[in-house]
Amino acid sequence: MFPEILSRLRPWLMAPLLCAASATTALAAPPRTVPDTMAQRMLVCTACHGIEGRATPDGYFPRIAGKPAGYLYNQLLHFKAGRRQAVGMTALLDPLTDAYLMEMAQYFAALDLPYPAPATPVADAATLRRGEQLVKVGDAARQIPSCNSCHGDRMTGVQPAIPGLLGLPRDYLISQLGGWQTGLRRATAPDCMATVARRLSGPDVTAVAAWLAAQPVPADAKPIDRLPAPLPLDCGHDLQGPAAMKGATR
Amino acid sequence: MTHAALPRPRRALALWLIAAGLLLGIGLLTLAVRTELQGVPVAALGADGVTATPALLERGAQLAAAGNCMACHTARGGEPWAGGRPVNTPFGPIYASNLTPDPETGLGRWSAGDFRRALLHGQSRDGRLLYPAFPYNHTTRMTTEDVDALYAHLRTLPPVVQPAREHGLRFPFNTQAALALWRILYFSPGTYQPDAARSAEWNRGAYLVTGVAHCAACHAERDVFGGGSVDRFGGGLMPDGRWWAPSLHDPAEGGTQAWGVDATVALLAGGRNAHANGQASTLGPMAEVVLHGTQHLPESDLRAMAVYLVELPVQPVKQPGFEPAPDAVLTRGGRLYEQHCAQCHGDAGEGAAGAYPPLAGHRAVTQSSPVNAVQAILSGGFAPATRAHPRPYGMPPYRSTLSDDDVAAVTSFIRQSWGNRAGEVTALDVARLR
Repeated sequence: MFPEILSRLRPWLMAPLLCAASATTALAAPPRTVPDTMAQRMLVCTACHGIEGRATPDGYFPRIAGKPAGYLYNQLLHFKAGRRQAVGMTALLDPLTDAYLMEMAQYFAALDLPYPAPATPVADAATLRRGEQLVKVGDAARQIPSCNSCHGDRMTGVQPAIPGLLGLPRDYLISQLGGWQTGLRRATAPDCMATVARRLSGPDVTAVAAWLAAQPVPADAKPIDRLPAPLPLDCGHDLQGPAAMKGATR
Repeated sequence: MTHAALPRPRRALALWLIAAGLLLGIGLLTLAVRTELQGVPVAALGADGVTATPALLERGAQLAAAGNCMACHTARGGEPWAGGRPVNTPFGPIYASNLTPDPETGLGRWSAGDFRRALLHGQSRDGRLLYPAFPYNHTTRMTTEDVDALYAHLRTLPPVVQPAREHGLRFPFNTQAALALWRILYFSPGTYQPDAARSAEWNRGAYLVTGVAHCAACHAERDVFGGGSVDRFGGGLMPDGRWWAPSLHDPAEGGTQAWGVDATVALLAGGRNAHANGQASTLGPMAEVVLHGTQHLPESDLRAMAVYLVELPVQPVKQPGFEPAPDAVLTRGGRLYEQHCAQCHGDAGEGAAGAYPPLAGHRAVTQSSPVNAVQAILSGGFAPATRAHPRPYGMPPYRSTLSDDDVAAVTSFIRQSWGNRAGEVTALDVARLR
């Protein structure tokens, strides 16, 4: 309580100090010290992404906490290489090494934070049924594997590099699937997610996103260790985890 | 006496003389352009093969780092050294070439002589004049031994097939004649000549800074034709207009005269330093220079560069008279500062040691141009992750959080608080950089 009062009073407390400062050429306030920790360093990320993701007029900044480290690391490399595009991300990552990006990915992957309740579905029952069908079963006639065959039956992702699908808003899911369809969002070849996304129709994308966004995140939202069956598509080295992620130095 | 007052016959004579002078001038210029277009024959450069000894290769790798060649010659997400990155000049984009030894699309068929001619005389293998986005007005100062070392180093790269991208220059800048004219005005070929009155270390620094490291390519004041000197560093906007390369002649801008040699070496080697008046860190294009370039240089070369830089003549940048921003702007800026900036930079702009730069008395804030301060707020950024400081702290981009008016107000506030006395920033200044 007391610090809060102090912070409210701060402009008033500061005023004489500022006046004094402007009268001299420079204020000799010694620099403070901040903790030498990853948590302190990573405030730069949560300023936009928030702890659980954050919606802004410029778009949605997805949650990064608790996602598989390999997935986060891959995305950082994709942004750096221009395979993914988001205002600000690329320039931010340009002066960083892969080793530091990996440390960032591991830091956020290890965070275990609760998820908020899902949004109320905005789609009709038929759309939601279609979405659930695609997520859990897929559409064999159109060579669309189920989402779960890669992302896990609980949709919480798979170690080391496949993300979960829950806890994301509908609009964000739609824009990511759309990005894969148009080539705006890419992964290193073979880009299996692009292949699947391009087999989806517009109504498919809407249905999948609407259903996923309406699902609660289970209490244990950790990615599973391995899938019961091999991946239905060839996804290359990207998904095999950090040891396989070599060679992308820029 | 005015021209009109001349008697009639003498006036006619004067007109004839002017006309003759003009014709003579045009004639001489045409001759000069033609000579320039012919260039220099490779045979005249005396290169007869290069023997790639380990020492030569190591020297070549260091020169490549000093010149930060790879940074421009690698496209985003592309194969290293295979070219394709645009240099966005006011005359249109110029795409860097493929320097890998691929015979069809890279330097595979280039002889050591071809390479010498490119670096020392700015000509391609077929003799065509090269665009000075490739800083050959600097590389011409290199010794032939160093050019050969760089050549030998490039031959060791894995070949990559990647054809050159056509430049996007507008007419007439896309013509060889325009290049010839540019060269007549600004290009003087010739190896660096040591100054006997200076120490060997200073000369080594001058050789690197004005030669392969081409610092003036960004830090020189440029005229309308994009010309600038190789050893004057008056500062100016980067070619793409997004960052400001501060003057190295003014300690209140980007000069290191007041830092001394050690702090200058620390900045070039680690991307940040502590100095008598606070701390500095590199951001934007200079962070890239440190990351891919200077941090890989031997300490002795960095010291030499620092010796040269701290001894550059001091010439203060002209500052307009100080006018405080309106109270409403400063109040708004102060409120935003408290909300978004004070957590890291401190209530009195005092910063945090080794992590967040102080803003009180920080010259990136108070520079004559507000471009870098605005850019830092819009784009955020990290100091480069160097061997000396592998886990830098960073600043988030405020592009999507703050409006142009907000950024203008908060930049004006930090430029005019805690003893800082720099000009107000307008929303238009911010909009130009978005």
